[in-house]
Amino acid sequence: MTNNILLNILLLAPLTSALLIFLLNISRRYTKQTLYTLLALSGSGLSAMIALYISYTSYFEQKLFVSNLFTWLNIGDFTIEVTLKADALSSFMLLFVAPVSFLIHIYATGYMDKDKSYGRFFTYFNLFIFFMFLLVLADNPIIMFVGWEGVGLISYLLIGFYFDDIQNTYAGNKAFIVNRVGDFGFLSALMLLFVEIGHGGFSYDAIFFNLSLIDTPMLSLIALLLFVGAMGKSAQLPLFVWLPDAMAGPTPVSALIHAATMVTAGIYMVARFAPLYNIASDVSLFIAYIGGLSALFAAIVATRQYDIKKILAYSTISQLGFMFMALGVGAYSTALFHMFTHAFFKGLLFMGAGAIIVAFGHKQDIRELRGIRRSVPTIFIMMLIGSLTISAIPPLSAFFSKDAIMGILYASDHLDLFFIALLSSLFTVFYMFRMIFVLFFSENTTEPSKNSVKSMNYPMAILTLLSVFAGMLNLPEIFGGNLMMSSWLDLADKHFVFSHANEIFLMSVNTILICFILYYAYKRYAYKDTILKESTTGLVANKFYIDALYQLIIVKPLYALSFFFDRKISHDLIDTSINSMALNYKKLGKLFAFFENGNVRFYALYMLIGLVLGFIYLFLLLKAML
Amino acid sequence: MLKAYMILSIILFSIGVIGLISRRNIIVIYMSIELLLNAVNLSLIAISGDIGNASGHVMSLMIIAIAASEAALFMSLFVVLFRKKGSLDANIFDILGNKDD
Repeated sequence: MTNNILLNILLLAPLTSALLIFLLNISRRYTKQTLYTLLALSGSGLSAMIALYISYTSYFEQKLFVSNLFTWLNIGDFTIEVTLKADALSSFMLLFVAPVSFLIHIYATGYMDKDKSYGRFFTYFNLFIFFMFLLVLADNPIIMFVGWEGVGLISYLLIGFYFDDIQNTYAGNKAFIVNRVGDFGFLSALMLLFVEIGHGGFSYDAIFFNLSLIDTPMLSLIALLLFVGAMGKSAQLPLFVWLPDAMAGPTPVSALIHAATMVTAGIYMVARFAPLYNIASDVSLFIAYIGGLSALFAAIVATRQYDIKKILAYSTISQLGFMFMALGVGAYSTALFHMFTHAFFKGLLFMGAGAIIVAFGHKQDIRELRGIRRSVPTIFIMMLIGSLTISAIPPLSAFFSKDAIMGILYASDHLDLFFIALLSSLFTVFYMFRMIFVLFFSENTTEPSKNSVKSMNYPMAILTLLSVFAGMLNLPEIFGGNLMMSSWLDLADKHFVFSHANEIFLMSVNTILICFILYYAYKRYAYKDTILKESTTGLVANKFYIDALYQLIIVKPLYALSFFFDRKISHDLIDTSINSMALNYKKLGKLFAFFENGNVRFYALYMLIGLVLGFIYLFLLLKAML
Repeated sequence: MLKAYMILSIILFSIGVIGLISRRNIIVIYMSIELLLNAVNLSLIAISGDIGNASGHVMSLMIIAIAASEAALFMSLFVVLFRKKGSLDANIFDILGNKDD
């Protein structure tokens, strides 16, 4: 009983605080910023504590939390229950979503300090946590879809947060529309699932129980459509275009929504449908290749970006690609483990970027922010640790998670995928340290305009610690660990035989290559102005012309079509004909108004004409009768 | 004989109608209306005499009585209208129509 209440509070605390902040915000009364801060932090803090408790109990006692809220739909013998269920996978998601949300909330109180839309920001932010929890805790795909759409909506609202710049609104629209493509896939998959096995109930358990009733081609189609949804939300090729543009939002938004939590919803969804993907092995392989291509593509593009946040955005796409590779070969818990560490180090890197952006008066171009190590030493240290983590330097957390993915790819006999992963990993090191060396190891060119804010530094410090030590959760056997996380999650993982000698060999080769690339990046960028000499033309600098291609083949024709319908059909055809009708009625009215002139003598004449016509008619009638 | 009466009646009626719609003086219009009534009276009496039934006579007597009272009404109407506009031109009295345009 108390467990139900815990789960309900977890879900409703952020919703309540969002509602309260919203009411305060629209009441147009003067409200102290402290009150907003208090409400926002209490909502997210409460849920973070409960989430930690839930995952703690789930981890150590294998306890299942279930809370039946209400029946949403009841049509015939089909019911949709709004049920929250925290099984191992959901608890695992809570374990990083809730604390990272809370930390980024604290960070955001510093970042958004004295912003005129402070209240609005935290309304959205708390609402985001609510939807994210709904997505993660739902026990059937329909409620999950509600959360899925909810986080998409909040993402849209927060990307266009500074809506007085029209570019931000465009970026928000782009994110929303591209996600619509993915959501279409998700929704169609749900409909097909419903048509096929909806009669047997629609909770995850019921769906997985009835999977064998579906034909193989249909199953593959469903799996593929579900993955299209994941593609949109997790910004994979070819639906990644919205994520770099999504950096138009405030940096805490990029850290929380577009790096740590929302974009991982696709990974979560594929992992949640693991039994389905285990059967549809063709689709799984497709997922792996899409992930590989995205990882490599984004890593290459990131080497020629200049905006700190865009570099990190492409890095997010690349890391998500890694996760999809692991999901595709069936190593679900390995992918989730990388997602777990990724949430910490990517959150940390974005927070560092945000801190730099705030400190240097909203400059984001690394060419203008060279040599700032002495101005912001704490941020430098934390960013360095974050970058070392993402580069998978041992013994930082991503070393374990990324090498686990590499090892699995190697062991799964997909050597092409393995080399793609290796190459992307090396590119990752290159672009991250290109950024680090340009930012911190160069001639100083700029001075900070503002000192760092404490409420921004503490969460960063905590995340730094987490990104260093989070790898301990799933230590592989060769380091004396026992893959605790994988056994906790208990997903339908495929197991690959992989000798320890091979594993150590791979790790050492990988680390040596990484160190070599690191040295190369140092030689190339540290204390040099190579960055200024890079040309901004060419394939890579223009992101392989993918945006331009979409512009050409989708946006432009659509725009031309809308223009045609607007100008030619709506304006010229429909409006003109209606207007001419109105004009002719007016003319006709003028004509009749001339007859209806109020002069009784004329009326008498009309009566006479009427009478005469009447008599003529009667006369003809009589004549005909006779 | 009836045919001659009817032709006279039609001629009288037509003169009345033409006077009614073409003349602008209200008094002349009134006279035209009287002419219409009398044309009808004439035809009623002629038909009544022809078929040997007195009801036509009775009807025309009634009409004459009504026309007499009507005359009294019209006279007072002329006075009122003249006091209002200082004229008895029928075109001036067109407030039945829309004055806006």
